[in-house]
Amino acid sequence: MSETSTYKDKYEMVIGLEVHAQLKTNSKIFGREGCEFGKDPNTETGTITLGLPGVLPVLNKECVNMGILTGLALHSTIPSRCKFDRKQYFYPDLPKGYQISQYDEPICLGGWVQISNKKIGITRAHLEEDAGKLVHAGAAGLYGSSYSLVDLNRAGTPLLEIVSEPDMRSPEEAREYVETLRNILRYIGVCDGNLEEGSMRADANISIRPIGQKEFGTRAEIKNVNSFRSLVRALEYEFIRQAEILEEGGEVIQETRLWDDNAGITSSMRGKEDAHDYRYFPEPDLMPLEISKEWIEEIRSKMPELPDEKMERYQKAGLSEYDASVIVNQIEMAKYFDELLKTNVDAKTASNFLMGEVAAFLKEEKISIENSKLTVENFAKLLGLLKKGTISNNIAKSLVIDILKTGKDAQELVEEKGLSVISDESSILPIVQKIVNDNPEQVAAYKGGKDKLFGFFVGQAMKETKGRANPQLLNKLLKQELEK
Amino acid sequence: MELLKKTATEQHKALINKEVSALELTKASIERIEKLDEKLGAFNSTTFDEAIETAKRVDEKIAKNEQIPFLAGIPTALKDNMNMTGSKTTCSSKILENFVSPYDATITTKLKENLVPILGKANLDEFAMGSSNENSAFKIVRNPYNLNKVPGGSSGGSAASVSASEVTLSLGSDTGGSIRLPASFCGITGFKPTYGRVSRYGLVAFASSLDQIGPFGRSIEDVTHLYEAIAGYDVKDSTSLNLEVGNISANLKKDIKGLKVGVIKELMAEGVADDVKESIENAIKTYEKLGAEIKEISLPLLKHSIGVYYIVATAEASSNLARFDGVRYGYRAQNCENLLDMYCKTRAEGFGPEVKRRIMLGTYALSSGYYDAYYKKAQQLRRLIANDFNKAFESVDILVSPTCPTTAFDLNSKANNPLEMYLTDIATISSNLVGAPALSMPCGFDKDNMPIGLQIIAKNLDEMTLLQSAYALEQELGVYNQRPNI
Amino acid sequence: MITKKDVEHVAKLARLELTEDEKEMFTHQLGDVLAHVEKMNEVDTTGIEPMNHPIDFVNVMREDKKIYENTREELMSNAPDVEGEYFKVPKIN
Repeated sequence: MSETSTYKDKYEMVIGLEVHAQLKTNSKIFGREGCEFGKDPNTETGTITLGLPGVLPVLNKECVNMGILTGLALHSTIPSRCKFDRKQYFYPDLPKGYQISQYDEPICLGGWVQISNKKIGITRAHLEEDAGKLVHAGAAGLYGSSYSLVDLNRAGTPLLEIVSEPDMRSPEEAREYVETLRNILRYIGVCDGNLEEGSMRADANISIRPIGQKEFGTRAEIKNVNSFRSLVRALEYEFIRQAEILEEGGEVIQETRLWDDNAGITSSMRGKEDAHDYRYFPEPDLMPLEISKEWIEEIRSKMPELPDEKMERYQKAGLSEYDASVIVNQIEMAKYFDELLKTNVDAKTASNFLMGEVAAFLKEEKISIENSKLTVENFAKLLGLLKKGTISNNIAKSLVIDILKTGKDAQELVEEKGLSVISDESSILPIVQKIVNDNPEQVAAYKGGKDKLFGFFVGQAMKETKGRANPQLLNKLLKQELEK
Repeated sequence: MELLKKTATEQHKALINKEVSALELTKASIERIEKLDEKLGAFNSTTFDEAIETAKRVDEKIAKNEQIPFLAGIPTALKDNMNMTGSKTTCSSKILENFVSPYDATITTKLKENLVPILGKANLDEFAMGSSNENSAFKIVRNPYNLNKVPGGSSGGSAASVSASEVTLSLGSDTGGSIRLPASFCGITGFKPTYGRVSRYGLVAFASSLDQIGPFGRSIEDVTHLYEAIAGYDVKDSTSLNLEVGNISANLKKDIKGLKVGVIKELMAEGVADDVKESIENAIKTYEKLGAEIKEISLPLLKHSIGVYYIVATAEASSNLARFDGVRYGYRAQNCENLLDMYCKTRAEGFGPEVKRRIMLGTYALSSGYYDAYYKKAQQLRRLIANDFNKAFESVDILVSPTCPTTAFDLNSKANNPLEMYLTDIATISSNLVGAPALSMPCGFDKDNMPIGLQIIAKNLDEMTLLQSAYALEQELGVYNQRPNI
Repeated sequence: MITKKDVEHVAKLARLELTEDEKEMFTHQLGDVLAHVEKMNEVDTTGIEPMNHPIDFVNVMREDKKIYENTREELMSNAPDVEGEYFKVPKIN
């Protein structure tokens, strides 16, 4: 990839993203059926979704509420008035021959998303209905298939299309933007952000320009990107493709290109669908929306804690920035952690356990924290025993695994296995004396100035006591015996 | 049966007085349809079995001395662009020739609740596009007063079936005069309520911002009762008005002394047939006699209403008809190379010439580069026309005009000149543009004994004044009792 | 003035296959209608808000509740071509 690095010295990427987020409603945006993923073909449909002659759309209020909530989370302006329009084209996955969308008066205007080094501007966000799904027979994809099959379950699913400014300059920034946006949408509960199932989809507009040039180059729109990894790969590929064209003195064409994840390339859709003239006009079957300040405030009052705010709170509670971000980036983990914090455990200790032993176990077993046997209550109990000094840190670490496996009560486990710390001098002293007697060489070396050997004696004692010796008491007794 | 030719009001009385049973009345209606409709062409399909079942239920209630709704047992037809579960909704189009609806339109539900026997689906211009009912893909409808003349469109079958006493009442839809024009040509009363009064859910859309369902009947009282049965807010139609309909039928008989009647100057000018003008002037004199104040009203933008209408209506239609693509229902062309070929052939074979013409016009008006010049311009002008109407209604209670400058014309006489055909709608389309309630009622006959219709328009939501003033005039004129000799 | 080429373009957008005769006829007839329509330009409409609806109200919405009124069989009963649980269409390309 030496070419790439040369190109990167010469050209700069300009990336803007259009993210389609499926809103987590019970029913469709204009139809009345549900919109669950994975149902039998054409069962999440009805007269309205199928566009039967004579049916009419009625707007689902929850979609508007979610649009407003998202706008507030993205620092957008919610205009006092917005409306719906028809975007017209023929395709078998589009039952009415038009998509109800918002053209020139969207529900959200402006805004931004903070990523690590900068703010990415939001141009607008608008509500619209999703299309159905096609299955192509006789070929892996559309081309070469002998016929196609139409499943309209997804048709009419509410979408919020969030359009960014062309503010990103690298695939990594694009990825971070989508991750951050996804996190926000998940935290405010409007979208489950599942790229693989398509509940969140991103189309990327990318152009390149010589470094230092102000004007944007001609952009290509990349569709069919359905994972974070393919987003980065598609952008990298497209950067090289465009750079090569410019290097050879050619011109980039403004067009839509399809990402092929298996082949690792983008290919032009030009010629395969004719030039679009969407003939937008205001949807006569729907009345406009007037969104009052009161309505906006009502939604604002229900705004949950956003990822940024949670980060800040965790850091104040003693977590490092890194630790806080790891937890915040896993919404279930963060929810669990919040519950745990309510029990007055030490935040730092709790996060160490969660990110260490617990995370490793969950990963191994491929389960999520909320589905594990480690209840918040029991975990809090375990951390309490550690804090009180009833058990040692190492014991606690091994117990948390036991609990994850069995779900047994922490207190009972400690009692059952006799794992509580030995704080009784008469039990520890003989062990310490035995170790000192058995290791004359080390004792001599220690006395000769090798202070580090102290750890050796501690280790030996812990081994003897199976880690149960009270550390402070052990230290005291060891020092006392060694200095004799 | 002589009763079949009476009004719904009279039939209702006969039913509750047990002079006739609902079953007898419905069977008489069936017999007449079977006898007449071959030459009249008013029905695309019939639903006699269900009508008989409904009639029997009405009779059971009457036998038990239970109260029945006013319209229970009254033979009624639906325009064939309204959905009724298990029956065909063809819109008189090849593209929907075999479409059997899996659902009820809201008006159908309401008629069922009122125990109204629905005898069938009435013929219309394909997708309600036309003024003569010659655009049906299946057959023409003939005018009951003269079988060589058109019944008017697009609700030609709905109007002709009531005029010829095949049924007593019917429903039509009115986008630019499609209820009022055929009512006028067929000598009956047709009423288009304020936009949004009657749910459009289940009415196959022509132009969404103009379409409105309304009743046909033989008297103002009849259409008022049918209107009250179907009007009201519907959660399934976002454009339906969430307002009280009011009890108009109980308040029809009102002294109209002092009523301010505006005569639309532009619609009484050149181009209006002499007989028509005379008859309208007679109606105006009758109003004067009843104590109304007559005033001339000028609506200078009216001449633009046809241009505005044909842009707005066709733009919306081109979009509403995009769903007929041969994928989920309806006609599909055979032997197609690929999807694009299937779309283009299906729609070319499935739609008739007038529908294609309007799809073409509407698509053009919305296409890139023309939106502002046509669609936006038309919608701006529409507002100015609405402002004109609002201003007029500051000084008058109702506006009157001929429903059409002429009486029914001969079959095939205008079929080859779309623009001339469009001009037939000059008097009626503006109330669709502004949403206003309007009706056509018979007010006389021309020298060839063809009916003449008077149009009355009221301001938005004022159906009460509209129907009260029409009722007073109707009672005085007495023309509504005339029936064609068929 | 609308040309035959315009008619062909619009027919493609509208997915209508037209015969040569129809193209000629529509070019002529749409020209007539548009000439009439263009009289709209006699009226100055600068700054006038387009009237998209004949009535004026806002915020018509429904609650977010699922309702299933028809079975798949009912909904698909009018389909011209199906395969299993799917609507079937000719190859797209």
